[in-house]
Amino acid sequence: MINQVYRLVSPRQFEVTYNDESLQTDYVVVRPTHLSICAADQRYYTGTRGKHAMAKKLPMALIHEGIGKVVYDSKGEFKTGTKVVMVPNTPTEEDDIIGENYLRSSKFRSSGYDGFMQDYVFLRRDRLVQLPEDMSPHVAAFIELITITMHSLIRFEQKAHTRRDTFGVWGDGNLGFISSLILKKRYPDSKVYLFGKTKYKMEHFSFIDEAYNIDEIPDDLQIDHAFECAGGKGSQDAINQIIDYIHPEGSIAILGVSEYPVEINTRMILEKGLTVIGSSRSGRADFVNTVEFMKEIPEVVEYLELLVGSVHEVRTIQDIIDAFEKDLTTSWGKTIMEWKI
Amino acid sequence: MIYAEILAGGKGTRMGNINMPKQFLTLNNKPIIIHTIEKFILNDRFDKILVVSPKEWIIHTKDIIRKYISGDDRIVVVEGGKDRNDSIMSGINYIEKTFGLNDDDVIITHDSVRPFLTHRIIEENIDSALEYRAVDTVIEAIDTIIESTDGEIISNIPVRSAMYQGQTPQSFNIKMLVDHYHSLSDEQKNILTDACKICALKGENVKLVKGEVFNIKVTTPYDLKVANAIIQESIGR
Repeated sequence: MINQVYRLVSPRQFEVTYNDESLQTDYVVVRPTHLSICAADQRYYTGTRGKHAMAKKLPMALIHEGIGKVVYDSKGEFKTGTKVVMVPNTPTEEDDIIGENYLRSSKFRSSGYDGFMQDYVFLRRDRLVQLPEDMSPHVAAFIELITITMHSLIRFEQKAHTRRDTFGVWGDGNLGFISSLILKKRYPDSKVYLFGKTKYKMEHFSFIDEAYNIDEIPDDLQIDHAFECAGGKGSQDAINQIIDYIHPEGSIAILGVSEYPVEINTRMILEKGLTVIGSSRSGRADFVNTVEFMKEIPEVVEYLELLVGSVHEVRTIQDIIDAFEKDLTTSWGKTIMEWKI
Repeated sequence: MIYAEILAGGKGTRMGNINMPKQFLTLNNKPIIIHTIEKFILNDRFDKILVVSPKEWIIHTKDIIRKYISGDDRIVVVEGGKDRNDSIMSGINYIEKTFGLNDDDVIITHDSVRPFLTHRIIEENIDSALEYRAVDTVIEAIDTIIESTDGEIISNIPVRSAMYQGQTPQSFNIKMLVDHYHSLSDEQKNILTDACKICALKGENVKLVKGEVFNIKVTTPYDLKVANAIIQESIGR
């Protein structure tokens, strides 16, 4: 079968290419239905990823957050029509210690390996996780982003001490919203504080215990553990502020990606005996956990509906460009593409 | 019910000195018709996928389907007719005999030698056939269309912005198509080789679905070279 793949060839320019694929393989064929744009996709789309990376990785199909339905499984294990979330990380080896998303040999979609902007996506059968029939597709489209929080939370739980009375989340964007929501639902008896800087964004966080502007934090405030969800240039200030307000022996989970190295106050990390936990991306188990979590606490999905920023029906390459451009001017929420191309 | 009908009635005279119909020639080591059938298999809205083949190529068609596509019981190979519309009708006769005809049954007919169609084109054909009863897939005319009735001198140059090039699929409410086809005289049947034209002449509103420039019909050795080249371009990534 000739499969159309919609690749970014240079900043702001997509082209269709054609791959010959066979149906008679072990791969499961999925028709993407809802795709969600990530900041990482935007760094390629706008060309801010840097000349070297652009030259090395393009042409490439973008998007690593998305859901679809199974349209063909030569082994018949997945029923046609099954709704699934697609796992973008594709490991090529197994390791007893190192997680699949940390193995340097793993391939990650829309980062050097074609993402989900295709007529059909051919996936290894362990790269699909079944979704409940009635889950909102616009929320399900960005499950991958939720798995980032789930993954960091599971790592945090393995490494951090067990006094978990107060959590601080730095960052009032999408990831900050998801992280504070999941923390509050997972630890309903603990206090979750948000630290942000944009008032109207912070007003969306109705479920937290308190929201603080980062310039007006009470001096006596202290937290047991923190999640940094700022990213970019902001992550330096966020991490240093966390170091100031965290109790000794606390853990700091860093989730925000920065293009550049940031300077942090290592002296106080040493003095307070802090643990800094890095995490990146996610693996199959995180998708399974996330879908289960959303099934168990349906309220989570209701809250996440607030993150659906805009929804675009995509039938042409111009529609893809329009969705990416609109996403660039949107300050709150996720941009979802209903994939009808 | 929603039916697909892949028209493989051609015997490939335009492909030059090749003793095999063009739909069986290979594109990246797989017969073109298989590439096309696979695109239809991936759409679960089809209840049956008919493949219409010339009588003498039925066995061969069945063999390659068995070889390349295992286990889809929606596929049926049916003997074609003397021309395009007659072949469409052979498929419809099979449907009528086997399943009966319902008022809202639609059929999505497609050239077996257009393997580059997309999920969107198929979906929009199905949706529009259900809503409008007759559908043609077109792209805006790229070149200026010149009309010459004698082949020597221009008789007309239509305004390009109103001109489109017809592709496939062409899709129909089955009962509507059958009624109009049977109302034609034998002479009219010989002239009206395009099923959408029959519908339009009979007063139906034929809905346009946007095709794609790359939804090419592989009918000449040149087309086959182009088709192979655009696939090869992507290999290796």
